[in-house]
Amino acid sequence: MRNKKTILFIVYSLIFYAIIFLFHSLGIISDYILHIINLSLIYVILATSLNLINGFTGQFSLGHMGFAAVGAYISGILTTLIWHIKPGNPGSYVLFIIAMLVGGVAAALVGLLIGLPTLRLRGDYLAIVTLGFGEIIRTIINNIDYVGGPRGLLGIPKFSNFTIIFITALLTVILLRNLIFSSHGRAFLSIREDPIASELVGVNTTRQKVIAFVIGAFFAGIGGALLGHLLTLAHPTQYGFMQTVMVLVMVYAGGMGSISGSIVAAFGLTFLSEGLRILLGAIGVAIEWRMVVYAVLLIMIMLFRTSGIMGGREFNFLLPFNKEE
Amino acid sequence: MGEIFNLQQLINGIQLGSIYALISLGYTMVYGIVRLINFAHGDFYMVGAYAAYFIVNFALARHVNIPVVFVFAASMGASALIAMAANRIAYRPLRYKPRLSALITALGVSMFLEYFFSALPFIGPSFRSFPELITQRIFTIGNIKISNYAIVDVAVSAVLMIFLTYLVRRTKVGMAMRAVSQDKDAARLMGINIESIITITFLIGGAFAGAAGILAGITYPRIYPYMGILPGIKAFTAAVLGGIGNIPGAMLGSYIMGISETFATAYNSLLGEGIAFAILIIVLLFRPQGLLGEVTAEKV
Repeated sequence: MRNKKTILFIVYSLIFYAIIFLFHSLGIISDYILHIINLSLIYVILATSLNLINGFTGQFSLGHMGFAAVGAYISGILTTLIWHIKPGNPGSYVLFIIAMLVGGVAAALVGLLIGLPTLRLRGDYLAIVTLGFGEIIRTIINNIDYVGGPRGLLGIPKFSNFTIIFITALLTVILLRNLIFSSHGRAFLSIREDPIASELVGVNTTRQKVIAFVIGAFFAGIGGALLGHLLTLAHPTQYGFMQTVMVLVMVYAGGMGSISGSIVAAFGLTFLSEGLRILLGAIGVAIEWRMVVYAVLLIMIMLFRTSGIMGGREFNFLLPFNKEE
Repeated sequence: MGEIFNLQQLINGIQLGSIYALISLGYTMVYGIVRLINFAHGDFYMVGAYAAYFIVNFALARHVNIPVVFVFAASMGASALIAMAANRIAYRPLRYKPRLSALITALGVSMFLEYFFSALPFIGPSFRSFPELITQRIFTIGNIKISNYAIVDVAVSAVLMIFLTYLVRRTKVGMAMRAVSQDKDAARLMGINIESIITITFLIGGAFAGAAGILAGITYPRIYPYMGILPGIKAFTAAVLGGIGNIPGAMLGSYIMGISETFATAYNSLLGEGIAFAILIIVLLFRPQGLLGEVTAEKV
């Protein structure tokens, strides 16, 4: 049963892929729209991985884009400054994938360093430590001349195309889904519901929280690497608190503990964000209003619909088993 | 060594610590009573600075001589009002929901204040120079220079801290605040109106943050809508260092933070940026309850 559903999900995704690809080659979808779809898929990776930490495990990380910055800069250094590779022959794509994985592992290691001292304590300490971490990582990047400092790392080769981003996002979603329906995933959920009770039934809560946090950081690093190679630059301002908040809004708007919700919200909010940019630009209003909209949205969701769009449920094709079983 | 660790830096550190103390008291009081890290607290400080900025500029434009005490009262009032409004609108409805919900709305309130202020056309996202509210004088004792700003900063925060200590230890309201922070349900059974105590806590915390905002405006005369983020994090670190929920702890932690930050910045500016974070990590590793805090077991 399990394999059948996974295959079904992959088939659905491939149909989505084929439609987008076909429409783009026919010229129905412009390059600009395809770019926004690419961004949305990267946000799917970032939002689902943050949902693993914040939604499923019930922690509160505010440094997700900091991990993405680690992934973007490490992979960017490898492809741009060390290997000097350009997209073209298949070999360079293999090197890019290696660089992306190294970026993810580096982010995971940083996550481990931050998570170990902090996750032993109650959830709210993680919030402030990761908030500080996000600021620190930007200060560090700004002060390293090798990666361009405040000018940013320029001239990153454009390896992220629709196919690569799509496959990575698909793999992320499948891996996270399998993780959540494994015994680790059950442990994460039990920590969210009641840390003391789960400790009493033998869950090593600190260990499970660190596992969730490190895996989330890994995928954030992967997402950052893809983002850097899509925009062909990595800049400290792209990984600021504002961007982290955008991913947070996606997680809570989509619903804590719902991968489907994060996917829907990642697409919805990326398109909303672009729409607001065009709209606000057209009527000549300061771009800051966009963030005011997000802030109000975040407060409203928490006050009136804490469980988000999906209310903690999943689309049927994302469940590994049938509902009636 | 002599160039870095000298008396002048110590004085600068105490001055900075006084400002942190006023902010971190609000953090620690709110945390002690409702167990919420109020992310928006740094922004109450920003509101205080802007309120003073507008009042002073308004007075200067009309050539009215405005007493400094009035400016303090007005901007402390503005910050207190914003703090109470945030509590009423965003925190109170979530009082008995999971703790994470209020933490998320606190983040929303913080973002709202920052971006709303920078989106408003008459404030804008750019730096503004704070008007000279008090004329600067510098006293030289030996080879140490003490500005009258340092004296004002230390004096104002000392007066406010003495007032707070008196309020918490000697008055009925203070007794109620201590009771609520120890046990909400028992406090309610004793006839304490919990919501009004929480409102008073936000009022005092907001007013203190507003006072810190003016002091920062006078001392470092550049204000902008995001000015509250970093002092907010540092003051929170100070509160954790002293033991969160513990009022004398927040004061002690703030002075340690201010002094260590000044010394670290004199040594290396990058280290100065990172010292707060390093202190936070070290405290969480070795003494998560803080210097003056007590170990509390989590109750089921």
